[in-house]
Amino acid sequence: MSVIDRDTVRKVAFLSRIKVEEEALDGLAGEISKILTWIEKLQEVDVSNVEPLASVVELTQPMRQDKITDGGYPEKVLSNAPKVAHGYFTVPKVVE
Amino acid sequence: MSEFTKLTIKDALTGLNNKEFSAVELAQSSLDAFKQYEDLNAATVLCPQEAMQLAQASDMRRSKGETLGLMDGIPIGIKDLFCTKGVQSTACSKILEGFKPEYESFVSQKLQNEGAVMTAKLNMDQFAMGSANLTSYFGSVKNPWQGKDGEILVPGGSSGGSAAAVSAGLVLAATGTDTGGSIRQPAAFTGIVGFKPTYGRCSRWGIIAFASSLDQAGPMTKTVDDAALMLSAMAGHDPMDSTSAPKDVPNYLQTLNGDVKGLKIGIPKEYMIDGMNPEIKAQWEKGAQWLKEQGAEIIEVSLPHTEYALPTYYIIAPAEASANLSRYDGVRFGLRKDGETLDEMYANTRAEGFGDEVKRRIMIGTYVLSAGFYDAYYIRAQKIRRLIQQDFTNAFKQVDAILTPTAPSAAFSLDNAPSDPVTMYLNDVFTVPSSLAGLPAISVPSNLSQSGLPLGLQVIGGMFDEHTVLKVGKALENAAGFNHVPHILR
Repeated sequence: MSVIDRDTVRKVAFLSRIKVEEEALDGLAGEISKILTWIEKLQEVDVSNVEPLASVVELTQPMRQDKITDGGYPEKVLSNAPKVAHGYFTVPKVVE
Repeated sequence: MSEFTKLTIKDALTGLNNKEFSAVELAQSSLDAFKQYEDLNAATVLCPQEAMQLAQASDMRRSKGETLGLMDGIPIGIKDLFCTKGVQSTACSKILEGFKPEYESFVSQKLQNEGAVMTAKLNMDQFAMGSANLTSYFGSVKNPWQGKDGEILVPGGSSGGSAAAVSAGLVLAATGTDTGGSIRQPAAFTGIVGFKPTYGRCSRWGIIAFASSLDQAGPMTKTVDDAALMLSAMAGHDPMDSTSAPKDVPNYLQTLNGDVKGLKIGIPKEYMIDGMNPEIKAQWEKGAQWLKEQGAEIIEVSLPHTEYALPTYYIIAPAEASANLSRYDGVRFGLRKDGETLDEMYANTRAEGFGDEVKRRIMIGTYVLSAGFYDAYYIRAQKIRRLIQQDFTNAFKQVDAILTPTAPSAAFSLDNAPSDPVTMYLNDVFTVPSSLAGLPAISVPSNLSQSGLPLGLQVIGGMFDEHTVLKVGKALENAAGFNHVPHILR
């Protein structure tokens, strides 16, 4: 059984950068535990000598010239930003 | 044009060429139909100005006899997962409310180049996460088909707005996207055709990402012919998507016939799940019988890892989603909720902007990728994904295509939809395995259930063998003669 507790949910919520209220932790722990328990089924499969499959497209990555092909329109890049100042994105202060 | 809601793309092209109606009239009929059936909640945005401009340009081309694209003058809907220049594109999430892309997705641009006229953006499950269209920030979509005494049903998901719009005839066709069944299951629930091509057939550039190794766009139409036509208009190599296949796209319609004589059709015994709905089983047997009567050979095949496909999917898809959705940080686009620190701002923004199912999947994805669990969950799931792919590779040594039901039930009630996530996930039991293997698969309406609701059959083909999938789909369509109309059009 892969059951996670409220402390684990708190930690995962932090890693996910999603604020979860204290009173919601238990409910989420229950829901996520149920899903993880269902997923446990995979432990019964013998996967020795099996290579992981990340993508069904097993091509080598296409190569191209290392040249700039796009850009030069900061106003478009910023047009959907919730807060801009002086042609830049803005964030809360990160250094004291 | 009272029969607008019943028009196929092929009919409409004939009518346009014979000057029975104009592209402007078609676009207006589509916009009027969206208003008339507003209650379905199929659209998130209507685009009257853009549509009229495109339709006028199409009429102009036709009047001059200029070279026309595959879908010149055809009104279509675009799922809200596609970025459309200057038109709100949100993946039906609050976190992207008001987002107007500065660019157009490859697929919607290609459709426009072929002359298609977008009349609306279509509702969907938030970030394509859902099987019933209950997770959209803009409210749930109603199925044009109804239950007993007018009971409201879900249209399936995640491309539920697309399915409802095509089924009710608000557009002649729509784009969908499919990660684990999001084109095929809603197509089955609404009595239309839904085709997920091979992974890599259609460029993902400009499609808001959910699970990048699985996401694939495809057509949702009234007929198999229309699906063939529209796929040719959507597909193609795109240097902007490194997973898009550098292969030529055939004109699928030109070569399409329903001649299945001599084809070997596989029936995977593992899909005969415990407690299978007898109606679904009977419909599946009927489908095999139809193909046999047309000269196909029916062969039992084995896909031994089928039962592991859903749990594998529910590790891989959330893992990829947790990475893809990290871009919604309140800085570059979309919603922002302030906080004292940068981390607080992120956490507040994402708590407010994402719906519950999206949050749940991000958290599961984050958990299975976190230190100590990565190998046990994520890498193990990727290994089992390879085993699932090998099952199909082995099966396709014996057969040309595989026949299964599309979904384990007909459309269910909106009010009594399962609240338990795992029960909801089971909707995709027949569609997820082929998604994990990247294979092309179509859902074709076959017949009505005892309660008068459409059921769908799924045909799965080998990699890049869309041709055979369409051929078998067409043979099923011919035999089924499905001509039922949804309740709201009666």
